[in-house]
Amino acid sequence: MAATAECGADTNTSESSMSLKKALSAASPLTLRIVAECPVTKARACDLVLPHSAVSTPVFMPVGTQGTLKGITVDQLEGLGCHICLGNTYHLGMRPGPDLIEKANGLHGFMNWKRNLLTDSGGFQMVSLVELSEVTEEGVKFKSPYDGKEILLSPEKSISIQNSLGSDIMMQLDDVVSSTVTGPRVEEAMHRSIRWLDRCIAANKNPDKQNLFAIIQGGLNAELRRTCLDEMTKRDVPGFAIGGLSGGEEKDDFWRMVTLSTDHLPREKPRYLMGVGYAVDLVVCVALGCDMFDCVFPTRTARFGSALVPWGSLQVKQKQYAKDLQPIDPDCKCPTCKRHSRAYLHALFKSDTAAMHHITIHNIAYQLTLMRSVRQSIVEGRFPEFIRTFMKRMFPSRDQYPSWAVDALASVNVTLE
Amino acid sequence: MAGSRMKLELSRVVQGRSRLGVLTGLGRTGQHSLEVPGCLLYTHFGTVPHLTQDTLHTLSDLPSVTQVTLSHVAEHQEVLEEFKDGFRKFAGLHDTVLYCALHDPAAACATGYTTNKTVSVWGSGGRIELTVAKFMALQKTVQPDWYQSMADGETWQSNTSRKRVRKSVDRTLAHLDECLLEHQKSQELEGVEVFGVVEGGDILEERIRSAKETAKRPVAGFCLDGLQTGCMEQALRTQLITAVTKELPEDKPRLLQGVGRPDEVLACAEAGVDLFESFFPFQVTERGCALCFDYDVSPDPERAGRAPPAVLELEENRETPVVAQQNGDLNLDERTQMTSFEIDLKDKRYQDDFRPLVEGCGCYCCKNHQRAYLHHLLVTNELLAGVLLMIHNTAHYLGFFRALREALAGDKLDLLKRRVLREGGRQTERKD
Repeated sequence: MAATAECGADTNTSESSMSLKKALSAASPLTLRIVAECPVTKARACDLVLPHSAVSTPVFMPVGTQGTLKGITVDQLEGLGCHICLGNTYHLGMRPGPDLIEKANGLHGFMNWKRNLLTDSGGFQMVSLVELSEVTEEGVKFKSPYDGKEILLSPEKSISIQNSLGSDIMMQLDDVVSSTVTGPRVEEAMHRSIRWLDRCIAANKNPDKQNLFAIIQGGLNAELRRTCLDEMTKRDVPGFAIGGLSGGEEKDDFWRMVTLSTDHLPREKPRYLMGVGYAVDLVVCVALGCDMFDCVFPTRTARFGSALVPWGSLQVKQKQYAKDLQPIDPDCKCPTCKRHSRAYLHALFKSDTAAMHHITIHNIAYQLTLMRSVRQSIVEGRFPEFIRTFMKRMFPSRDQYPSWAVDALASVNVTLE
Repeated sequence: MAGSRMKLELSRVVQGRSRLGVLTGLGRTGQHSLEVPGCLLYTHFGTVPHLTQDTLHTLSDLPSVTQVTLSHVAEHQEVLEEFKDGFRKFAGLHDTVLYCALHDPAAACATGYTTNKTVSVWGSGGRIELTVAKFMALQKTVQPDWYQSMADGETWQSNTSRKRVRKSVDRTLAHLDECLLEHQKSQELEGVEVFGVVEGGDILEERIRSAKETAKRPVAGFCLDGLQTGCMEQALRTQLITAVTKELPEDKPRLLQGVGRPDEVLACAEAGVDLFESFFPFQVTERGCALCFDYDVSPDPERAGRAPPAVLELEENRETPVVAQQNGDLNLDERTQMTSFEIDLKDKRYQDDFRPLVEGCGCYCCKNHQRAYLHHLLVTNELLAGVLLMIHNTAHYLGFFRALREALAGDKLDLLKRRVLREGGRQTERKD
């Protein structure tokens, strides 16, 4: 099902809310409205209208792998302004399984999340659980770590599970290879991903309710990426993801593949860069033309006491914070910073799990606020200025700017002082 | 006691023992109150386990008194001393009465470290030894509204000698006198209430002696120690509490430490206890269980003779009766073992049970989630399980106390007991 796109900056709010209402009831389960485009970089600010609600992009999507966001209730997540989060097909497919979730009215019903859900296909687990998996043309054979049973995750099976989960955006099953792998395996995986995309499209039982995104592969090889882009963009899917990156590859290679991809992806469809979540990476990749991001990092690092702040991160469990009476970030408006000091949180880590929840809430707030500020600066035509201010805050001095970021930004006409 | 504003206003005394009323004059400005029988809000360092402010405040009618324990606080003495403004502010607790206890009722008790002059608490970094001086320094730093005096309660092992029990009574009285001396000298503690602690193990004469002597001191109320779940049969506990309360002034509150199971709460409230610690919901949460025992004694003709669904389920789930250990050692299992007041959500039967934990429960968990989801969270070891269960278990427990007060007000205590114990009362019986 093709995505529909409406362009042009909005000046009349009642007009925009009317068109939004129309979009929500339209036949297409995805509508992308480009609200603003940065005249300097490749950044865009869009309204992504999905079945459950509208999502403002650029957007960071927190990851709730097993149908829960690590100690945060759905009310708390809503309260932070999150409109879309992730669930994982491999994990949920194992426990509790698609049949049960279907009985529970899909993943939305099961976890009681009223806004949007995006499910990954299980492809990434092929890399992360590579010891336990074997790839053939048929699909990926996994040995379950829970009961030793062997399961075959084929494109059809992945889509079937995702149909049961009822996510608003589903990802194709792709043949994922670690970005540090070179040689013929990368090309094989790229071509297979195209064939699997077609099988996924054919297998989707709910094209009118669930959006199937393609995932561009090709490793760090420009030619392979181009081939994949040329082929996959021929398919009529509502959105594209850039996959196979954000592994252990060099950042210099990483950004070049990102920008190559956005150069050849259609303007009027959303671009989802998978597995990216560090603040600097987000800002740079927005400049390179990406709209959507996900990463476990902010929520995972929170549980270790690492709080994300505009100048980097703060390890709350470290001794230096034992007597620090400031909130994590004096400018942050999240519930944690409004109420508690670093000193209290530092001490609480010794007594109760709630300490982790406080940091998780803060980190999600940080990510969502960052994206909101990025979007606002694009809408107001001052994104390059935002980037400069952001970098100055994040790094103590110019020579500490990561060179890959400097190069990537230069490639889209932003020079950092 | 100079400046003591704490007042127990009793509206009913049933059969000369169980009391119904309100504890007023609590807090620095004396504007808080707590209904009795009631429970304090159990916390770890000021945080209700698993909960942040948002999740905590999905609960209504929280107890106005928050309990912190020195076992969590002691290791942070230096930080709090530098902070100067007291624990309540440090923890971001705004409008609550702060009660400071010595030991965490949900934590295991280690023994062998108590001396004539010291007691020990265990923080995250190990054992911290407290003299009365250090204990009082902590109180001045924490700045609670009320605290229990330092006490030696190491009498819960059933083979505790008479000599040891006597020592615990003597030491505790000595500690109390020293605490009170220091308290009266300290300006920082002006307006702060002190509770004396009644010890005496399982020896009636020592219990009476401890109660008589403690009652002579100028304290605002009494903690009853050494009676915690697992260390004695309820029958003996009732007997001892009854004897103790006879020696205590009627107009001062009695706080029972370490007892939280619903059947025990009922029996002890009947025997004259006013306040309990609310650590039981936390213990239930930690074992992945949900409280669902019935405490509804409202007159509903449709219900006559028929137990509600959650209770029928408890019948199905009912464990075999607990049998006491042969040598009568502290049955630690009793403190962590699942009771007949709860369901074990890890059980496979809940995998596709789409009902709320308890039908009709208005808590956030029951309004938004189902047993099948909780089961999934527990099986996959997800943190949200603790959050949701803590919310529900706390709501259910607070509801139980509300029902207890209503039952006392309306002469329905027997009916309540029958409901809660489901006429079997198996969990209170012991066979030697």
